[in-house]
Amino acid sequence: MSAPAVRRPRAEKSTASRRHRLAERGIDTSLLMLVPALVFAVALFIYPFTYGIGLTFQPSLAMQEQWGAGIWSNYVAFFKDPFIFDSIYLTMRLALPVALFNVLASIPVAFKLRHKFRGKKTLTILLVLPITLGTVLTAQGLLIFAGRQGWLNRFLVQIGLIDQPLTLVNNYWGVVFSLVISGFPFAFLLISSYLSGIDPSIEAAAKTMGAGWFQRFRRIILPLLAPGLATTFILTFVLAFSVFPSARLVGDAMGETRVMALMAYRAFGELNDYPMASTIAIMMGLVELVVIALVLVWRSFMYKGSTGGKG
Amino acid sequence: MAIAASKFESLELQGVGRSFGGAHALVDLDLTVRAGEFIALLGPSGCGKSTALNCLAGLLPLTHGQILIDGKRVDTVAAENRGFGMVFQNYALFPHLTVEKNIAFGLQMRGVAKADIKRRVAEALALVKLEQHAKKLPGQLSGGQQQRVAIARAVVLEPRLVLMDEPLSNLDAKLRIEMRGEIRRLHQSLGLTTIYVTHDQEEALSMADRLVVLREGRVQQVGTPEELHNNPVNWHVADFMGYRNILDLDVVSVENGTATVTGQGLTLRGTAVEPVAVGEKVRVAIRPEDLVVTSPTVPVRGGNASDATVSVVEYHGREFAVGVLTPGGQSMHVRSDHSPAIGSKVQVTADPSRVLVYKADLIDPSRLSVEERELLEVRT
Repeated sequence: MSAPAVRRPRAEKSTASRRHRLAERGIDTSLLMLVPALVFAVALFIYPFTYGIGLTFQPSLAMQEQWGAGIWSNYVAFFKDPFIFDSIYLTMRLALPVALFNVLASIPVAFKLRHKFRGKKTLTILLVLPITLGTVLTAQGLLIFAGRQGWLNRFLVQIGLIDQPLTLVNNYWGVVFSLVISGFPFAFLLISSYLSGIDPSIEAAAKTMGAGWFQRFRRIILPLLAPGLATTFILTFVLAFSVFPSARLVGDAMGETRVMALMAYRAFGELNDYPMASTIAIMMGLVELVVIALVLVWRSFMYKGSTGGKG
Repeated sequence: MAIAASKFESLELQGVGRSFGGAHALVDLDLTVRAGEFIALLGPSGCGKSTALNCLAGLLPLTHGQILIDGKRVDTVAAENRGFGMVFQNYALFPHLTVEKNIAFGLQMRGVAKADIKRRVAEALALVKLEQHAKKLPGQLSGGQQQRVAIARAVVLEPRLVLMDEPLSNLDAKLRIEMRGEIRRLHQSLGLTTIYVTHDQEEALSMADRLVVLREGRVQQVGTPEELHNNPVNWHVADFMGYRNILDLDVVSVENGTATVTGQGLTLRGTAVEPVAVGEKVRVAIRPEDLVVTSPTVPVRGGNASDATVSVVEYHGREFAVGVLTPGGQSMHVRSDHSPAIGSKVQVTADPSRVLVYKADLIDPSRLSVEERELLEVRT
C-alpha cells in the first residue's frame, strides 16, 4: 500500500471557532471599551464639525447680497474682505515667532536641566508653574506688572533708564509675552522628555572621538532631537495660533492683534452671522493644517528611529 | 596593515581617585601601563572599575591624583583632545548615521582629508569584516555586528589607548567567546594598548596581559593571569577568581607556612597565604578543580583526606561536578572522574599547596594607621 496520505488543513478554512477567528483579527468584546471615546468623538467633534461645515454653505442674505457667489459667498467674503483676510497674517505674525521662540529657548534650558545640580527641582517647578495659571490670570498680571503705570515702568523711570513709560501691553508685545508665558512650559517639558530619550553615552562616544560641544550638538544631538522639535513646534504653534483671550485682554483687539479667533467671535457675537463665524473657524483650521503639513514634510527627511535612551 | 596604534612609552596612573559627594568610588589607584599591554580591570559591579575607565577617558574629572603619558599630564586635557578610543557596553553608536559614517565620524572631527577618510574607513570595515554592511543603519545590525562597528569606530582613529567598558556583556555566550578572540586578534595585530573593564573573570584571564582586581574602589591585586589564578592575595580575590569553596575554619597548628585547619567535620592542611596564628578563625579557599573525589586512579594528595556525603552530581563532559556535604554540614563543590551515587560516602582530597588559608577579615588599608600600613607592606 502507498504511504498514508498526510491530511493537511486547508489554508482557506480554519478549524478554529468563528469567535476565535474574529479575536485573531482584533474583534472581541474588549472593543466595547472604545464606546465612551466613540460617543464623545461623535457627539462633541464629528457632528458639530460637519454641522459647522454645512453652515458655511448657508451664507446670510446680507453676505449673498454683498459678495454674490451663492453658497460660496462666505468664502468669497473671507478672501476678498481685507478686514477679515488680513487676520491670517496678523495671527501668523504672532504664532510663528512665538512658537519658534518657545522651541529654541527650551533647548538650552532642557540641556542644562538634564544634569544634576543644586536647585534643579526648584528651577523646574518655577519653569513649569505658569502652566497652572489661566490665560486671564496671566493677562491680569501682565497688565499690572508691565502696564504704563505698572511696577516695571515705574521702576525703570525711577532709576532713570527711560524717560517715558514703555508700551508693553495692549499691543503686539503684550500678546507675545502672554503666549510665551503660557507656551514655554509646554515646549520645555516636551523637549526635556525628548532629550532624556537620547542615550547620554552616544554623546560621550562623540566626545571621545574628538567632537567639541558644537559639533556634538550639530551632528549628533540635533538630528536625533529634530522629530521632537517638530512635534513641539506644532503643538506650541497650534496653541499660539488659536489665541483669543490674551489677544483681547493684553492686545490691541481691533489693531495689531486682530487674530482669526477674534474675527470669528466678532462675526458670531457682534454681527450675529453664525455661518460666517463658522467659515472663519474652518479657514483657521485649514491654515493650521498647512503649517503642520509643512513641518511634517520637513520631519519626514529626518532620522525617526530609536535614540537609544529610556524613551 | 595601515591602521596602527600611535606610540607612547608608558601610561601612569598616580593615586587616581574619584569621589561622588562623600562616597569614594575609586581610591588611590596606582598603575603603570606599558605600550601595547592589555590590562583588564576586574571586579564585581560597583567596585569602581567603570569609574576608573571614565576617569581615564576624561568623561569624569578626577578628584585625586594624576594621569601621565610619558611624563606629561593628560588628566587636565579635555576628553575630546585625549586621543583615546572608547568602546561602550551599549555600543553607543550614532543611530542616525550609517555604519560607514559612524566610523568616519572621528576622522571628520580631526579634519582628515576626504580621500584618506574613505580609505581608512574601508580598512576598518575590512578589519571587523563588515564590508557588506557599510550602508546600513546600526539598528539593522545584530548585537555582535554593532559591537564590531563600535570597535572599528574606536580603532580607526589609531588611538594611543583603547578603553573598553564591558563590551561583551550584552552578547550571548557563543558570540562572546567569538568576539573575545576577535578583540585579542585586533589588539595583537594593531599593537593597541588596551584597558578593558569586565566583571567576568574568565574573560579577563583569557584576554589580558595583566589584571587589576578592584573591590569597593580599592585595588586588591595586580598581576598576570597566572599569578591571580594561582596565588590570590586575599579571600576576596580568591572568591572572584573561581575559588568556589570558601570555608570558615579554625587554625590548629602552623609550621613553615603550612597551616592545619579544622571545622565542620573537616581537617585540612593548607598554605597560609596571609600570616595566621593558632586558634585564629580563617577563610580557606579551594578551587573545585583542586578538590577531588579519591578513586583507584586518584590517590590521596599530600595526606589531605576528608570524608563527605554526595548530595548533587552534574555531568560536565570529561568529568563530574559533585556537590558534597562534610560531616559538619558544610557543602563543597568538588570534581570526580566517576559518577558517585547520591547519598554515598566518598573521600575528597586536595594538595596542601592548593588549599589557600587567608585571614577571615579583609585588611582594609584605609582603616589602618600609617605605621600599621607600613608594617603590612614590609610583611607582604
